[in-house]
Amino acid sequence: MSKLNEAVNSLRATFNSGVTKSITFRKSQIKALMRFIIEKEDVILDAIYKDLHKPRWECQMTELQMIRNDCQIVLNELDNWMKPQYVDKDLANIFEKCYIKYQSYGVVLILGAWNYPINLTLLPLIGAIAAGNCIILKPSEISHHTAVLLEESLPLYLDKSCYKVINGGIPETTELLKYRFDYIFYTGGTAVGKVVMRAAAEFITPLTLECGGKCPVYIDSQCNLTLAASRLVWGKFVNAGQTCLAPDYILINEKIQSAFINELEIIIREFYGENPQQSADFSRIINSRHFDRLSKLLNYDNSSVIIGGQTDVNDLYISPTVLRVNLADHHPIMDEEIFGPILPIISVSDVDEAVEVINTREKPLAIYAFSSDTSVLNYIEKYTTSGAILLNDVMVHAGLSSLPFGGVGSSGMGSYKGKFSFESFSHRRACLIKNQWSITERLMKAMRYPPVSDSKLYWFTKLIEVRPKSVVLSAAPYLLLAGLTLGVCSAVVYLFTSYCS
Amino acid sequence: MAAISDIVNSTRTAFNKGLSKPLNFRKQQLQGLMRYLTEKEDAIAAAIQRDLKKPRDECMVTEISIVKGECQLALNNLDDWTKPEPVKKDLANLLESAAVYRQPYGVVLVLGAWNYPFVLTLNPLIGAIAAGNCAIIKPSEISANVARHLAETLPMYLDPSCFKVVNGGIPETTELLACQFDYIFYTGNTAVGRIVMRAAAEFLTPVTLECGGKSPTYVDEDCDLSLAAARIAWGKWLNVGQTCIAPDYVLCDAKVRGEFVVELGRKLREFYGDKPQRSCDYGRIINPRHFDRVSRILEADRELVVVGGDTDSSDLFISPTVLVGVDKTSATMQEEIFGPLLPVIDVSGLEEAVEFINSRDKPLALYAFSRKQSVSRYMLSNTSSGAFCFNDCVVQNGMVTLPFGGVGASGMGSYHGWYSYDTFSHRRAVLAKKQLGTTEWLMKALRYPPYTAKKTSWFLWMLAVSPKSRTKTALGYILGMGLCFGVLSSFCYVLGRFCFSLW
Repeated sequence: MSKLNEAVNSLRATFNSGVTKSITFRKSQIKALMRFIIEKEDVILDAIYKDLHKPRWECQMTELQMIRNDCQIVLNELDNWMKPQYVDKDLANIFEKCYIKYQSYGVVLILGAWNYPINLTLLPLIGAIAAGNCIILKPSEISHHTAVLLEESLPLYLDKSCYKVINGGIPETTELLKYRFDYIFYTGGTAVGKVVMRAAAEFITPLTLECGGKCPVYIDSQCNLTLAASRLVWGKFVNAGQTCLAPDYILINEKIQSAFINELEIIIREFYGENPQQSADFSRIINSRHFDRLSKLLNYDNSSVIIGGQTDVNDLYISPTVLRVNLADHHPIMDEEIFGPILPIISVSDVDEAVEVINTREKPLAIYAFSSDTSVLNYIEKYTTSGAILLNDVMVHAGLSSLPFGGVGSSGMGSYKGKFSFESFSHRRACLIKNQWSITERLMKAMRYPPVSDSKLYWFTKLIEVRPKSVVLSAAPYLLLAGLTLGVCSAVVYLFTSYCS
Repeated sequence: MAAISDIVNSTRTAFNKGLSKPLNFRKQQLQGLMRYLTEKEDAIAAAIQRDLKKPRDECMVTEISIVKGECQLALNNLDDWTKPEPVKKDLANLLESAAVYRQPYGVVLVLGAWNYPFVLTLNPLIGAIAAGNCAIIKPSEISANVARHLAETLPMYLDPSCFKVVNGGIPETTELLACQFDYIFYTGNTAVGRIVMRAAAEFLTPVTLECGGKSPTYVDEDCDLSLAAARIAWGKWLNVGQTCIAPDYVLCDAKVRGEFVVELGRKLREFYGDKPQRSCDYGRIINPRHFDRVSRILEADRELVVVGGDTDSSDLFISPTVLVGVDKTSATMQEEIFGPLLPVIDVSGLEEAVEFINSRDKPLALYAFSRKQSVSRYMLSNTSSGAFCFNDCVVQNGMVTLPFGGVGASGMGSYHGWYSYDTFSHRRAVLAKKQLGTTEWLMKALRYPPYTAKKTSWFLWMLAVSPKSRTKTALGYILGMGLCFGVLSSFCYVLGRFCFSLW
């Protein structure tokens, strides 16, 4: 039996022993994960820097802080999440207990990604632990230093019998996908997402696929251009554009295109200085394969470069670059997710044209729109679909754990963060708990059991019938409660004033 | 019939035009469905009866009433369900608008099943309509009368450009699965569930798979055996055992098994008389293929039969049958029975029962009967299943506030009531900000490069989630209650004074 097969089997045995069930155990593991992030902070920052040349601010905000926050959310809320969630009952079940109980799935596989090697590997891990699963964590081999760090250090903090870090490349991932898991969580490109789903289909394993695509940005003519440019430049060039949520391309009202490009230039200089290669705040491309891919896109038509365009292969550096592109030219930069610091600008006549362009393409992970005209923003929100939509900013919804984070269509399925992670990694079990009261048997005989009669049918239907909503009936309990409260308060005041006088 | 790809394409065109999205349209379609259910009730019941030889009352209770209930529920609640759901905000987003908006997926494929041909096709359709999708429904060809009825009648009540019925067998289903859908909802067995999911993977289409398996039922030694026998008999022999959540087999404490089987026999006579073949309340097997399948299983375990065991191939009749002395190697334990055979396996107690259950695939439903609530607690925490019902069976399906779905080999996803709406809608995160130039100084101070250690630490402070404090939470509640009480009391006092002065 191979090492990987043994690992999966041993996790299954651990899960079946029930050790991950208790809330105390789950919290202890989350606390241990927090200790890992805090105690090993410098080592982690160092590993991420070696992989991606990421500035400290980015490592903190986009990686470590997200882990700390989600861990704390779990510690704050897990007691509530694990309680039975009681549901409304119909007349037929009025005396019964009806609730939903979240249950662990079992053995979970998490396939991490390289662009946010801590965030995208450990954030799903938090949810899977909170939900009481055993886990195989497969970090991306492309972010090699972080992968090695996780393999060496996580076992020092987390229970080794419940959580295993397995490193490797395509052969190891292919082998892992042959085994039965109870849930699979994948972050990465759409093409591999399909491979993962095909593998999951063999065992009808449920899954979450966090894929990507091209996130469009619309800039309206009614717009504070400095504000839009600043937020856009920040979002695009964080991690040198290697973010699934990064604004991929811009659709800009043609009237303001030149002014906006000027703003972009100013802001890029403000953020990264005259020579971004010397800025401590600008990252590098992950490896030479991606560098070559991006360079090819850049060199396709040099005349389209209007800002930047500098590269340094020894440093895997590509400068913040802006291209002017026409859709009719079929520039290859519009064929796939860029995942780099190159920003194509396409001019459109108005928001209608922008929406048309967006809707002819695959559903994106996020859509961004900048306008001071609320009707324009509402129009985009109403006539497009995407994993998320941000109006007058980019990407920051990923930091709000009360919003579900996930795609739709080719950008993915399922969502996570905060409570959504717990729900993703749990099975929602319906529970109906009755007693053995013999009096209910009389009711059963009268309405439910054969031999059936018209009157039995009539009464049983009445019992389970859903009636049209009645405003009066819906308001009645509230009116009753309000009346009661008023009555109680009046009585108290009356007694108090009587006593005083 | 037009080519399947053309049907799918035209449905997609309708969706892209936005026809199915407006709230009024969705309500109109649901009202159309309600009219259909009322006006064509007899025709629907007749079609189901022709397919399954089910008593009319069973058609009403287990199919038509349920669809009516789901439709009415959606109409009652659609205004609330479609509202944006605001979410809790952190310090950084305090002034922004953050909410979850529900959106339709697009074109949905619903693959129905034959055992409850009406409800298992229409219930998902209700969810799809409520969520604003267009839909293609493929009823099971095995329940041919219902399939034909739906194809002929639904277009008279629903918008035919948005909702289409496609009939056919394996070739047509295969062709459908080669097309791109935005959601696929499948009810049927696990083997075909795999095929559906594999097809869905080509387009990264999300799926709900309502599969089945063997739903175990535990009967404890401390149990009202007459009650347990009655409820199990009702759940098992409803639709002649052709129910995905029927109690498939019983794990009975050996000490009470004898009495339990006697009670089962008694209840069967009470329900269906001495000759169930003559009872109007007992159905038939769907077709010769399934009749042969179930008969083969019966013959293989013939020596274990203690109640029933009669068959009549000309009538597709198999009597309510109970088998004892069954073990995991018996024929009745090799696959989901989906017929009126009830194997009873002796166990020494709850622990052995749980061990047996856990050695098999996770079931769609798990049942247990006992006077002791501790049995339900033990079952709940030591097993997994789509649903768990204690001291009854099958009825959890009728509770629209409970999600209905499987886990593991019994399926993924769930529906019924709001869960249907949830299943067929995409949860879109919406964060809306204004273009307040005044906030840019904050952005410069905290968010934009060039980064400094100070920027980092300030922003970290702003975004950090603090540990929950019981004291703070309690103080908050006390303050809140005190404030409410104070305001109400003042109001009452002023009102009292006013009334007194008038008088």
